[in-house]
Amino acid sequence: MTERRPYIVDDPARGVFRLNREVLVSDEVFRLESERVFGRSWIYVGHASEVPNPGDFRARIVAGRPVIFCRSDAGDIRCFLNTCRHRGATVCREASGNARRFHCLYHGWAYGNDGHLAVVPGENAYPESFARGELGLRAPARFECYRDFWFMCLDETAPALIDYLGEAAFYIDLVVDQSPSGRMQVIQGTQEYDVRANWKLMVENSVDDYHLPSTHATWLTYMANSGVDVRPKLDQGLVLPARGGAIDLGNGHFSTDNVNYRGRPVASWIPLYGELAKAEIADIKSELVARLGEERAARVAGTNRNLVIFPNLVINDGSSVTIRTFYPTAPDRMQVTAWALGPVEESASARARRLDSFLTFYGPGGFATPDDVEALEMVQQGLSNWTDDPWSEMSRGMGKPANEQLNSDEHHLRTFWRRWNTLMEAS
Amino acid sequence: MSTVSTRTAAPHAMDSAITREDVESFLYLEAELLDEWRLDEWQCLLTDDAIYRVPSNDCLDGSPEDSLFIIADDRERIRQRVLRVQNASCHAEWPHSRTQRTITNVRIAKVDGPLIHVAANFVCHRFRRPRRSYQYVGSLRYVLVHTPSGLLIRERHVRLASHELGELGSVSFIL
Repeated sequence: MTERRPYIVDDPARGVFRLNREVLVSDEVFRLESERVFGRSWIYVGHASEVPNPGDFRARIVAGRPVIFCRSDAGDIRCFLNTCRHRGATVCREASGNARRFHCLYHGWAYGNDGHLAVVPGENAYPESFARGELGLRAPARFECYRDFWFMCLDETAPALIDYLGEAAFYIDLVVDQSPSGRMQVIQGTQEYDVRANWKLMVENSVDDYHLPSTHATWLTYMANSGVDVRPKLDQGLVLPARGGAIDLGNGHFSTDNVNYRGRPVASWIPLYGELAKAEIADIKSELVARLGEERAARVAGTNRNLVIFPNLVINDGSSVTIRTFYPTAPDRMQVTAWALGPVEESASARARRLDSFLTFYGPGGFATPDDVEALEMVQQGLSNWTDDPWSEMSRGMGKPANEQLNSDEHHLRTFWRRWNTLMEAS
Repeated sequence: MSTVSTRTAAPHAMDSAITREDVESFLYLEAELLDEWRLDEWQCLLTDDAIYRVPSNDCLDGSPEDSLFIIADDRERIRQRVLRVQNASCHAEWPHSRTQRTITNVRIAKVDGPLIHVAANFVCHRFRRPRRSYQYVGSLRYVLVHTPSGLLIRERHVRLASHELGELGSVSFIL
């Protein structure tokens, strides 16, 4: 038996980084990822604002597992595996709502919104050994939150969420700092769509700004038509209209960190927002400066970022703020869910502007995301040649110091792949 | 820019009442223009203040001011969207999808002076190479305006019946 090809070839001394394309098509890799990547990492479940009141629940698929994300009668945010302890049926079949109990349709077992087993029809037929108190809904091994973002981990031995996030917490803070009270909320309306491509291609795509001029030529045209200067700063060696960095945040997390040239509801006006919006955006900026100081306010409003929390949470803080997560259902298929996020105290007009700005770029009907989806699907189709053309080239920017890595380099993509490789090579 | 012929776009003068058959003919014409990618002619069916909206599947009755939509275009963004999908750099629609729409269950819900509120159902089959097909199913809500030169679209709301976009992927064409 021949030795397996490595997943990556990472040779900084020679300036070589190549990715074995098998990892984007293989059933075996897909199976192993479930255990070694999704089974050991902190995975985003939901945002506290989605379950504001006792009894509120969201039923969703997280890392392939049906879960219930809810707030108990006591007011605690909880997460349960959406699986009856009796025969395994899901006990919550609505996407969202408010319930004191979750009922299994099959034999009628019912659970409280704190997970305890509340109803067992005909319980007297069970033997004395029947331990009703131990038959509450199972919870993931770990469930913790950072600034209202709730994550679960299936590995009991994982580090605490705050330690896992590490330096990435700084970038989450930059997003949350948009809110005067430090409280953001998920806005109603969910974009759920499938992409016929490997999930790791979406990770790359979410932070890879090298693709922007080619993949998003029509978005750049749209912006130019509306009066935004999108000419690339070629004299500065950039393929983009402004300088942006690629930041390795450790533990497999990474972000772009860009000087802003696009419209941002906080607080960069562009003509698309209309003359009337100028005054309110100036007010938003003033509030930021008063609360955070000039420097921090400029960081929050005048820079933008696409942040990846390893492995599959993306927070894009650009033309709007979107939370995006995705999970593979096959090596060549993923399910994507995306939400819009905004400050809880935002005015009606600012909220409308944020949502409108979202649609200029993001989402299945946006002026950019559909072309990303097309690009990823074309990659996946082309990868059918993987046995005869087995390596992807990923050395862009390699050899430069970390603080000179651009968002149009591939430093941050390599960060992802190194972490992914470490987890996958661990037995 | 080419224009829609008067024969098809203006079946009636202002003084006669609009019938369901008139509305059906108008919607069939629109479907034909969209299926044939005659988008400049399609835009001639829109008022200067027309809107085009596709709400998120889980929030069909929301407003784009307080809910995340898939598409919430004013007239100018419709114009930009048409420019985009006609551009060879619009990768999601180049080469163009082939689409075939069936419009059914057409009802005049309300007539309010020159404004005609119309409801209809649709199935839109979309095909892309290689061997990819998508079936968009849902309902249409229009506000049409009865003008001296015929019917025009002021509001066009497309509501998808599926619980999520799911396998449909994107709404990268004019649905």
